[in-house]
Amino acid sequence: MGGRFTSPTALADALAATAAGHRPVAGGTDLVVGTRQGKWSLPEDLVALDRIEELRGIEETSGGLRIGATTSHADLAGHPAIRKRWTAIADAASIVGSPATRHIGTLGGNLANASPAAETSGPLLCFDAQVEVRSTAGSRRIALADLFNGPGRTTVRSDELIVAVELSELAGVGSSYVRLEFRRQMEIAVVGATAVVSLDGAIVIDARIAITALAPTVRRVAVAEFALVGTDGGPDAAAEAGRLAAEAATPISDVRASLEYRRAMAAVVVRRAVTGAIARARGETIPIPASASLFGAR
Amino acid sequence: MRYLVTLQVNRTSYPVELEVGRTLLSVLRGELGLTGSKEGCDDSECGACMVLIDGRPVNSCSYLALQAAGRQITTVEGLASGTKLHPLQQAFLEHGAVQCGFCTPGMLISATALLAANPDPTEDEIRAGLSGNLCRCTGYVGIVAAVRSAAAELANAD
Repeated sequence: MGGRFTSPTALADALAATAAGHRPVAGGTDLVVGTRQGKWSLPEDLVALDRIEELRGIEETSGGLRIGATTSHADLAGHPAIRKRWTAIADAASIVGSPATRHIGTLGGNLANASPAAETSGPLLCFDAQVEVRSTAGSRRIALADLFNGPGRTTVRSDELIVAVELSELAGVGSSYVRLEFRRQMEIAVVGATAVVSLDGAIVIDARIAITALAPTVRRVAVAEFALVGTDGGPDAAAEAGRLAAEAATPISDVRASLEYRRAMAAVVVRRAVTGAIARARGETIPIPASASLFGAR
Repeated sequence: MRYLVTLQVNRTSYPVELEVGRTLLSVLRGELGLTGSKEGCDDSECGACMVLIDGRPVNSCSYLALQAAGRQITTVEGLASGTKLHPLQQAFLEHGAVQCGFCTPGMLISATALLAANPDPTEDEIRAGLSGNLCRCTGYVGIVAAVRSAAAELANAD
């Protein structure tokens, strides 16, 4: 009965355990909860990552941010630089689960779980996140878009650990993440959208738009991005971006919503996310989380 | 494999022998006899099992007991001082925040964490702080009132 468990304080020991076949657990908010829900069995051998100091924390680098893999959602949501310059990440991290989920659930775990509904993935995709993975053989960097390989699947090998997420600074952008939610907390996105925009005067000169719970992985929608560039980002342009994103979406029906409802609401959440990002790029205050602030926004 | 570890619960050390898959809740209730924390949904939805680990709220039903080794665990049994109730417990009684009582230990724990982080919360902040805890009796109004009242009480005591 039962397997092996190790809880190292040094990353090297965790990598050695991973190489020996232990599976990682950080906060357990997906792995252990899924076990309780009967979705899967707990892996035979585990390596706990929660005592490894070097995996946790947010560091401002010369060109951006380096976020340790076991940084919690609460830490992301409360970080001043993230709230100011990578605001969509704070929008997303602040609505994951409940306070308990946010305190022990980690960014690396959220990415490794690869849910098509993961809140932080859309903002990270739009901010061109690079993921550093490491094994006893060395490290490599993966663009986040290349990390996701389908629902619940990633391109991280079983002997590798996600150790950090790196973000470059995008100067002068406004961003927001919005989800359709049936309740404010303890909720999973029915559908969600991220927008990151840059303005030159009143004109959108760069736009990134990602959709959540609308495809097998969280993904960007180039056709909606192109359509927004060169516009004023006003109501008509935001609605058009929403319409195009909804067309590009490939949602499914499940317990939370039907395919048709998800597609219809894709247009709404993308429109709201664009509206929020444009407003923030103009220097207007849209309180975090944008989901609540922009509820009902036309 | 079984591992001998020490759990620090309510400032008391408990040596326990654990398998990897044991949840903290099952150990608190089954091994240590601390039955204040409840099993409701058993998958982190309802919050009846909420405990503090190093001061932060955690759903103990879905948390590996081995990960709690060496950390400071607080359960509802650790809130009162002897026979003197914690101000939150007293306020729950006075505001009718308890009906069947099953959610109460988890509510008290989440409220404790909330007030430690935010001593003067708004009603919205109280509701957000308790959002991981379900109550099927009270409609929450008494619970929110109790937390506001306890916050005022604790502020006056400082």
